[in-house]
Amino acid sequence: MSSPDEEEGVDEWVPPSRRPELADVAPLPQGDGPCPVVAIAYRDDFREVMDYFRALYAAGERSPRALRITADAIDFNPGNYTVWHFRRVILEALDADLIQEMNFVDQIAECNAKNYQVWHHKRWLAEKLGPDVANSEHEFTRKILYDDAKNYHAWSHRQWVLQALGGWESELQYCNQLLEEDVFNNSAWNQRYLVVTRSPILGGLVTMRDSEVDYTVEAIIANPQNESPWRYLRGLYKGDNTLLVADDRISDVCLKVLNNDWRCIFALGLLLELLRMGLQPSDELRGTIEAINNSDPEIEHTDLATAVCSILQKCDPLRINYWSWYRTTLSS
Amino acid sequence: MGEQGELAADQHVRYIVTAEKKKDSFESLVMEHLRASGAYWGLTTLDLLHKLHAVDSAEVVDWIMSCYHPESGGFGGNVGHDPHVLYTLSAVQVLCLFDRLDVLDVEKVADYVTGLQNEDGSFSGDMWGEVDTRFSYISICTLSLLHRLHKINVDKAVEYIVSCKNLDGGFGAMPGGESHAGQIFCCVGALAITGSLHHIDRDLLGWWLCERQCRDGGLNGRPEKLADVCYSWWVLSSLIMIDRVHWIDKEKLAKFILNCQDKENGGISDRPDNAVDIYHTYFGVAGLSLMEYPGVKPMDPAYALPLDVVNRIFLSKQQ
Repeated sequence: MSSPDEEEGVDEWVPPSRRPELADVAPLPQGDGPCPVVAIAYRDDFREVMDYFRALYAAGERSPRALRITADAIDFNPGNYTVWHFRRVILEALDADLIQEMNFVDQIAECNAKNYQVWHHKRWLAEKLGPDVANSEHEFTRKILYDDAKNYHAWSHRQWVLQALGGWESELQYCNQLLEEDVFNNSAWNQRYLVVTRSPILGGLVTMRDSEVDYTVEAIIANPQNESPWRYLRGLYKGDNTLLVADDRISDVCLKVLNNDWRCIFALGLLLELLRMGLQPSDELRGTIEAINNSDPEIEHTDLATAVCSILQKCDPLRINYWSWYRTTLSS
Repeated sequence: MGEQGELAADQHVRYIVTAEKKKDSFESLVMEHLRASGAYWGLTTLDLLHKLHAVDSAEVVDWIMSCYHPESGGFGGNVGHDPHVLYTLSAVQVLCLFDRLDVLDVEKVADYVTGLQNEDGSFSGDMWGEVDTRFSYISICTLSLLHRLHKINVDKAVEYIVSCKNLDGGFGAMPGGESHAGQIFCCVGALAITGSLHHIDRDLLGWWLCERQCRDGGLNGRPEKLADVCYSWWVLSSLIMIDRVHWIDKEKLAKFILNCQDKENGGISDRPDNAVDIYHTYFGVAGLSLMEYPGVKPMDPAYALPLDVVNRIFLSKQQ
C-alpha cells in the first residue's frame, strides 16, 4: 500500500457519501437520545463526516480511507480527541510515514494553535521520531510564537523538546530576541529562567547570575512598569536573601526608577522587601523616600519600611489589604 | 431587566436550559466531544442559581452513563467517545449534583483513574499519555469524591506537583512551565484535597494571585495579559484555598463579572461585549458564588461543586 495521502482532490472537497471508496459503508448516526441535556445542532456536512467516521471507528477499520475520514473529521473539529485517538491507532497499524504525519498536524496546528489534541499529537510523533526532529520542532514553535509569543501550548512543547530532544544552543539568544520584540512577554522571561537554570551548556544559575542581573536591570530601566523583570530579578536570588540585599545593583535600580516615577509599585514593592530583609538604606535612598513622604501629608512619618508601605497603600489601592497585611509583618 | 450591576439569573437559567439550536453555530461544532464537561458547567450553574430541578435528573443520569466505558471504567466526553480523565471527573461531578453516585461501579472508575498515575507521580489524561498538572488535580478530585484517594501514591503525586512550583510561587503545567492561574488552581486544589498545602508559600503565591487584578477589576491569568471572566474562578478559588482572598478588591471583580453578562439573552462572556458561552457563564457565576453574591449558592473552592453537595458527600454516613 502506498503511504496514506490526506486529501483526494485539493480543489474541491467531496462529501463522504459521494466517495466511491466509501460506497460500501453504512454511516452511523450520533445516539443523542430524545432529549439531549445540552442541545447541540450540527451542520449537515459535519454530520455526514461524523456518521462515516463513527461507522469506520465502530468497525475498527485501520485503512487509508479511514485515515482520510479522520482528516475530514479533524478539519471540522480538531478538538475531537476520539478522532485523534483513532487516527493514531490507524497510523500504527499502517506503519505510516510519521514525518508526513507531522507535516499534516503542523498544518492543523497553524490554524488551531491553542488546541490540546494537536500539540499532544505532535509530541506523540516527536517522541517516536526522536532527536532528529528537534530542530524542525523548534522551527515550528518559533513560527507559532511569531504569531502569538505567549501561546502556552507552544511554550510547553518547546520546553519538552529542549529537555527530551535537545537544541539548547541558541535558546538564550532566542529569549533575547523575543524580549527585544516585546520586553513585556512573561513567557519569554519564564523561558529565560528555564534556560539559565537547566541548559546543559550554560553552567547554571549561580554562574549566570551576575550577567543576568545586569541584563534584567537594563530591561527594568527601559520599562519600569513591567511586572516580569522585577519578578525575574527577585527569582535570580531565590533562597539567597543575604546576597540579594548585598547586591547594590538591586537597591540601585529601585532608587533610579523611583527618582523618575515615585509611584512605580514594582520598585516600591522590591524596595520594601529589601528593607524588610535588613537593607541598610543609603542616604540617597532615605532622601528619596522622605521626599515622597513630604509631598503627601497623609503619609505617616515613621520608619522607612513602614513609610514605603504607606506609599504603596495609596498607590496600589486595588491591593490595599495586601499592603496593610505587609505592614503588620514589619512590626519587628 | 434589573439595574445595571445586577445578576440576570433568570436569563442565565433560560440560556442554559434552552441552548440555542443554530445549525451553523461554531459552539455546536466544537462542543460535541466535550459535552460531559458542558453538562457539568451548565448544571452546576443551574444548581448555584437554585434551578437544578429545571432539568430531568433521570434523563441526565441516563445520558451520563451512556458515556461510560465499562471495560475501562472511564467516561468519554459524549456517547461514542473514548474514555478520558477530564470527562470522568465531569461525569462524577454531575452525578454528585444529583446525588446519584450509587449508579457507579466505584471500584472500577477509581481503578481507571488510579491506572493513569505515572512513576514520577504525575497523571496522564488517558492511555495516550499526555501529562499535565491539570490531570493531577482531576484525578485527585475524582478519587476524593469517590472516597478512594488511598488507591494512588499520594506522596508521589504531591511530589510531582511540588516539582512544578516556580520561583514566583506559582505552578505550571509541567516542571519549568510558566505560572498560569489555571494550572495554579489545579495544583493548589490537588494540594488542598491531599492535605498538602504546607508546600505552598501562601504569602508569595497570594501576592502573585492578587497581582492578577487589572485596573478594570477583572483578573488575568498571567502577567501582562488581558482579564478574562474564567480567571474569576481559577484565581479566586486559589486565593480562598490559601486564605488570601481579602487581598483582591472583590467589589471591583464582581462589577467586572456583571459587566460581562448578556442581560437580554442570558449567558456570560470572557470580557465585556463579547459573545457568551456556557464555559464563561459557569465561571462567572462560580466567581460570584465565591464572593457570596446574594442569590447564589456557596461553592467549595477545591471540589468546584456547591458546598451542600460536597457536605453531603463527606459528612453523610454512607461512604
